[in-house]
Amino acid sequence: MSDRIFGGLGILLAAFFIWGAFQVELSFITDPVGPRTFPIIIGTLIGVASLVVILRPDPEPDWPALPRLLEIGAAVVVMLAYAMLLPELGFVIATAIASAFLTWRLGTAPFWSLVSGVATSLGIYVVFHLILGLSLAKGPLGF
Amino acid sequence: MEALSSLGEGFAVALTFQNLFLALLGCFLGTVMGALPGLGPSNGVAILIPLAFTLGLGPVEAMILLTSVYYGAMYGGRISSILLNIPGDEPAMMTCLDGYPMAQKGRAGEALALSGIASFVGAFLATWGLVFLAPQLVKVALLFGPAEYFALFVLAFATLGGIASRNQAKAAFAAMLGLGIAMVGVDGQTGVPRFSFGEVHLYDGIDFLVAIVGLFALSEVFVFLEHRGTAANEGQEAKVQMGRIVPSARLITSTTPTMLRTSLLGFIAGVLPGAGASLGSFLAYSMEKKMVDREGTFGTGDPRGVAAPEAGNNAAAGGALVPMLALGVPGSGTTAVLLAMLLALNITPGPLLFTQNPDVVWGLIAALFIGNIMLLLMNIPMVGMFVRVLLVPPRLLMPVVAMVSFVGIYGISGSSFDLVVMVIFGVLGWALRKLDVPLVPVILGVLLGNLMEANLRRAMTISDGDWTTLVASPLSIGLWAIAIAGFVLPIFVGKALKMRMRRMHEEHTGTAD
Repeated sequence: MSDRIFGGLGILLAAFFIWGAFQVELSFITDPVGPRTFPIIIGTLIGVASLVVILRPDPEPDWPALPRLLEIGAAVVVMLAYAMLLPELGFVIATAIASAFLTWRLGTAPFWSLVSGVATSLGIYVVFHLILGLSLAKGPLGF
Repeated sequence: MEALSSLGEGFAVALTFQNLFLALLGCFLGTVMGALPGLGPSNGVAILIPLAFTLGLGPVEAMILLTSVYYGAMYGGRISSILLNIPGDEPAMMTCLDGYPMAQKGRAGEALALSGIASFVGAFLATWGLVFLAPQLVKVALLFGPAEYFALFVLAFATLGGIASRNQAKAAFAAMLGLGIAMVGVDGQTGVPRFSFGEVHLYDGIDFLVAIVGLFALSEVFVFLEHRGTAANEGQEAKVQMGRIVPSARLITSTTPTMLRTSLLGFIAGVLPGAGASLGSFLAYSMEKKMVDREGTFGTGDPRGVAAPEAGNNAAAGGALVPMLALGVPGSGTTAVLLAMLLALNITPGPLLFTQNPDVVWGLIAALFIGNIMLLLMNIPMVGMFVRVLLVPPRLLMPVVAMVSFVGIYGISGSSFDLVVMVIFGVLGWALRKLDVPLVPVILGVLLGNLMEANLRRAMTISDGDWTTLVASPLSIGLWAIAIAGFVLPIFVGKALKMRMRRMHEEHTGTAD
């Protein structure tokens, strides 16, 4: 069943891709192939491969139970928030929070997760910024 | 012996203080990453690329660092195989079969040392193979025109699913997905934007480093989240006796023929597209079992069974560098990641690399020799230290991996947008893994998509729009033929092989636990 859904999504993707290829505007400079042909070939092959997957699906993979899926979802949300807030909060604070959250959700006790998160953040800051001179996001506090 | 004089110049490049330090650092980090469960060669190298890039290392320095990590990871994978019966990375799977039983008999130290020596022999011979084979391949590649290159790219994608692939349709899907992602952005030839839907960030295309780090490193974090609370997330202490850590001369001489044979086999498996180190170690082990296992001691702690897969997978790792450097077409996941590093530094591997940047090629090869000796010296006396690495629980390690990935990508572009794209790739990578869709073709597609299209369009421009130009020369017909065979054959042969590989491993774990 999973493979059938996957194949279905693949066909939608192929259709979207071919449609997108036709949206490409042709410029006045052009070559015999043009910017549309190769994407159309790719889109077609995505469609064919998806169709084969639908027709001959593999055995069902072990999907995690719903709570665990939510868990992964939560981690994704935290990472996305981290990506957005990094320039606002500054590297050290944002990283400590995100890292502590991940450590906690991977099964460490809350207090030790916090310790580990702060240590990770400071460790990366010292090694990569202070020693190696990499530029990290500066927040309002300057780190 | 032109190759030898070039190699001599390579040593002049590699033997600077900075490069020796980078090689040492790379070997150390690589061994640690190989030993840690959850960090294999490809994601280990992947998280280091953006860092090497942002730290402003030159091409030679960056490649020395990353290939040392690559070789080191191949050494490191064996440690947890032998001590814990858990492969540190996929190629080390076969090392469990005799390594762990040997450790249970109180000979863990000997097994580690012997496998270290076997790794050295395999990698050392394979590096010599690289020295002599790569320039020959370059001579062939210099005959390639755009049409042949296009056929070569097709061949790479067709065979990448490889003999070990279970579902060719999914391998094809993965390759096309990667190529599709590469299409995003401004078309290099006519300057029109494609698939960017007015989003300015997408005009530059999707940076392949972002895709690689997301697919390999971040998706691993999600895999660990999924399996939280199981034993895999805890650090583990070896419960076996180390015994002596220096193997007797007799043990080494008795396994020498095995090492030599399996090095050759592994090297060939590595050079062939789509085979790679996992298959190299599997073939090496099966061949030795057939050839020398008269008393049925393989699987019960036979030292030859430890030496064979380790020599095989390290030789394959060296062999895989041949097509990557000489043709610009990698045959395995990790070499694809190394290719990404070169492309990020604006160096296109392939025949021209050997003429235009001989310092990069030969400096790198010389660094491999040096790194190999460092690894041998590091892995025999200091193995006790690497054993301690196994105690680090992934629940503490994986967040560090995630954060270092973010730091690396942010360091390149300083853009939140790239981080968001990376997270999306992480989720995509996790879902594709669950669905058994291989990730390596995706990466290769993202990397090579634009080059592939450029070659197609160049060939068509030369022929003025005649599609038969793609099969006009014997060389390109040959490449197409291999590509088709490489895609079709695994559908019949691959299933049987993959099943045998699994069965062998399952039978073993079934009896050992």
